[in-house]
Amino acid sequence: MSTKIRVATTSLAGCFGCHMSLLDIDERIVELLDHVEFNRSPITDIKHCGPCDIGLIEGGLCNADNVHVLKEFRENCKIIIAVGACAINGGVPAMRNHFTLKECLEEAYLDGIGVENPMIPNDVELPLLLSKVHPLHEVVHVDYYLPGCPPPADAFMKVLTDLLEGKEPSLPKEILHYD
Amino acid sequence: MSEPTNKTITIDGREIPFEEGQTIMDAALAADIYIPHLCHRPGLSPHGSCKLCTVEVNGRSASACTLPASSGQEISNNTDALNEVRKTITQMLFVEGNHFCPSCEKTGNCTLQAVAYHLDMLDGHFPQFYPRREVDASHPGIMLDRDRCILCELCVRASREVDGKDVFAITGRGTDARLIVNSESGKLVDTNITTDDLAAHICPVGAILIKEEGYEVPIGRRTFDLHMVGEPGLEPVILRKGQHSDEH
Amino acid sequence: MDTNNGSDTKPGSLTRQNDHLLHRLYDLQQQFHHIPQQSIINLATELKLPISQIEGVVDFYSFFHRSPRGRYDILFSNCTSCGDLAMMQQLCEKLNVSPGNTRADGSVSIDATSCIGMCDQGPALLVNGRTITQLSAQRLEMIASHVEAATPLDQWPAEWFRVQDNVRKNGLLLGTAFDTGSALSAAINMEPEALLAEITKSGLRGRGGAGFGTGMKWKFCREAKGDAHYVICNADEGEPGTFKDRILLTSHAHAVFEGMTLCGYVIGAQKGYLYLRAEYRYLLPELYAVLSRRQQAGLLGAGILGQTGFDFDIDIIVGAGAYICGEESSLIESMEQKRGIPRVRPPFPVTSGFLGQPTVVNNVETLAAAAQIAIHGSEWFNTQGSDKSDGTKILSVSGDCTTPGIYEYPFGVSIQKILDDCGAENVQAIQVGGPSGTLIGPDEFERKLGFEDLATGGSFMIFGAERDLLAVISNFAHFFAHESCGFCTPCRVGTSLLKNGLDKIVSGHGTRYDMDEMYRMATLVKRRSHCGLGQTAANPVLDALQRFPKLFEERLLHSEYAPHFDLDASLEEARRITHRDDAEAHLS
Repeated sequence: MSTKIRVATTSLAGCFGCHMSLLDIDERIVELLDHVEFNRSPITDIKHCGPCDIGLIEGGLCNADNVHVLKEFRENCKIIIAVGACAINGGVPAMRNHFTLKECLEEAYLDGIGVENPMIPNDVELPLLLSKVHPLHEVVHVDYYLPGCPPPADAFMKVLTDLLEGKEPSLPKEILHYD
Repeated sequence: MSEPTNKTITIDGREIPFEEGQTIMDAALAADIYIPHLCHRPGLSPHGSCKLCTVEVNGRSASACTLPASSGQEISNNTDALNEVRKTITQMLFVEGNHFCPSCEKTGNCTLQAVAYHLDMLDGHFPQFYPRREVDASHPGIMLDRDRCILCELCVRASREVDGKDVFAITGRGTDARLIVNSESGKLVDTNITTDDLAAHICPVGAILIKEEGYEVPIGRRTFDLHMVGEPGLEPVILRKGQHSDEH
Repeated sequence: MDTNNGSDTKPGSLTRQNDHLLHRLYDLQQQFHHIPQQSIINLATELKLPISQIEGVVDFYSFFHRSPRGRYDILFSNCTSCGDLAMMQQLCEKLNVSPGNTRADGSVSIDATSCIGMCDQGPALLVNGRTITQLSAQRLEMIASHVEAATPLDQWPAEWFRVQDNVRKNGLLLGTAFDTGSALSAAINMEPEALLAEITKSGLRGRGGAGFGTGMKWKFCREAKGDAHYVICNADEGEPGTFKDRILLTSHAHAVFEGMTLCGYVIGAQKGYLYLRAEYRYLLPELYAVLSRRQQAGLLGAGILGQTGFDFDIDIIVGAGAYICGEESSLIESMEQKRGIPRVRPPFPVTSGFLGQPTVVNNVETLAAAAQIAIHGSEWFNTQGSDKSDGTKILSVSGDCTTPGIYEYPFGVSIQKILDDCGAENVQAIQVGGPSGTLIGPDEFERKLGFEDLATGGSFMIFGAERDLLAVISNFAHFFAHESCGFCTPCRVGTSLLKNGLDKIVSGHGTRYDMDEMYRMATLVKRRSHCGLGQTAANPVLDALQRFPKLFEERLLHSEYAPHFDLDASLEEARRITHRDDAEAHLS
């Protein structure tokens, strides 16, 4: 059995930009993989989260499926890290909160420019949208926050390294940015 | 020890002089001591609303920007406990409005953001309020996004006290308080504000923006990408927009 | 004495300040059932005020509206003593209108409002600004019929509008007869300095709750340089559970006005204002009548009691629904036709108050006491009371007791004594001094009223064992969030966070984490807010956490964390739009 730290990652109402930034650690990922094993993640294509040490979650909550995935992570991960602006305060997807859900759907599927065959999708396969986009900490306890849009690769490395070394993660001011 | 004729106050153990009529904030700024603040700007009448400049004067909580300095004041400023209070207040301001930095033109030049960096704020902590306040894009040169307003009233005072106009005001009460514009239509285009007005530039956040210059300075080279908010003498830099902040 | 608030003030028929912005807006609200934008623009031109200032005022005060209210605009008190929101719901159902809204035919709107000061004779409501007390199921039924039949208010049964004094226990102030003019006669026989000395010697302290020495305040103001000096009587009695000023203004108005005039004599003011809360608008006709009688008797106007140079007049300014205006600097802002935002202090009103001039702002009871002290002397007053609290205090007793009403006691009286007198048994808790005061439990009923122990502005709310005390605390949290002026961050955002957090706990969705968060936020709001409202807004939460932690703990979920919003409810809008109700369309 491996003694590696098990890490799961996912993107909820996000753009996968934070994942791309994680990959920007470049060759350092080789060294990281000596200590870390990825569980559920777009990197592994594992579909459900098993017991993990760390869950990295990018994106906020815009629909019912996001809530299910977040709960699965919280139940399985010892530490949850909200990664990026959207996970922390809703970010760009939360700009729709300025409008009602009805206004958003009507603009997108009924009245918007270039809409053909106008109808609001209602297939039962589709996750229903929450009336507003929410950050993660409004639904589950979040242990740490990694701000940025996206957080720089160095910030991922710093936080993961701190945790691997058993330290409280901290961000030096140089890599603390919300944009 | 100072001579008895010298008027001094003590901030975090450092004795600094003050002149009659100065507030604690005035004296601190003159001595290059940073007390976090958002609603204060030298040259405008003090306001005392944001409470970021909360200090303890002889053990009692006070706003540095409004409390007159007086001899013998022992002031705590840069302490862990006060910075924790300030961080919480900053988080309260963040969740009250819609502060989505990545999509805001003001990012990097935003004092709210810079103060949050200064206080090592990583998250908003509280549930978001997500207000829905009216956007006013009527003016050809100036844009008003009320969801980002922190009610500091710098624009209200700048327009009244420096520009000699009366373009802005606050209406409502409690969390319903919001920025309004002094015209029959309530629109900015029907006021006499111009892009030369201090009120058009003074907004510490992205609520009042000059149009068509949002990305002239790339993200990464803006004021608070290059400076810490607490650096002495930064006030004029914060106001300098439309040019690279590292080119002054 | 009872007052019947059956007739409304007629604009122009009284000496009211017709040009005051608050009064002009009141007239517009009466005329159009809201304040139309065009009226704001016209008013701005006429009064030479910025449009934005008038809009700011309209939006600040609860009784002004930008969209039409009903021809019958009904406001139920939401106070724990004089409110009954279940009744509001019943009337809404009878009249087919939802709370906060106006019925499509424009006939009626129903909403809740902060305490209307009828805590001894509730449940109570305001209809078009007039008070109806002692609501019952039958009365609601008849109100609904009158609204549907469009019966003019003047033809509604007069006894509905009756407001009783309910004085249960007289003391120095309420029990001593007051001969109109006698305080002024006594005063002009001594120099202002001597009168000031007597007031100071009496030990009289402000009766609004803060307890600043009245003599000291008058002295500071008298010594302050200014173009004019002003006396303001703070009759913006908005603390939930307080109604003692209502009785003083109803049955002792001469003493109050005489106290103001005495203050003017001492500080050298020629102008006084009574700032009356809008909820007591029904008192206006009688108050103006008293002022008029005093003018005729030479007790107001030029050369009072024939003394050359002793000139003093009193005007009344009526508020428009804002608790914060009970804070003296907010009250002054309101009088200056602005939003009631508390000023930065210093400077204090005694040096820079109304129009920037030296101003004394005193509570109604303080001024009535000053008038009596001028007649009977300081010893008459300070031989009663306790060590640091001279004289008596008029209490508004309400809540779970057999005889709610007005009780006057010498300071130093024990809580238990008051409870015995008003017939309160099996008491769970008392809110002394109203929501901004102190919440105590039975183990503290031997404590005493007074500035050295339990200070109070007069509210005394009793909660029996059957009460859901946590719901009461939550009610107070809603009150403060509603009344926060919004000026400073800690109070504006903090009172809303406290309200939301308490709602979460009260509804059974909170965890230990939320309870800890309440404590942290309450402490910050208390310590860091700009004015007295914020500095006291968290008192009920803090007191309850300290004295009644079980109340919270019993409601907590036994989990580490719970969502801050209702997940399933958050899908409701989408369910409606997509017409879905399958299993996947729900969240638990």
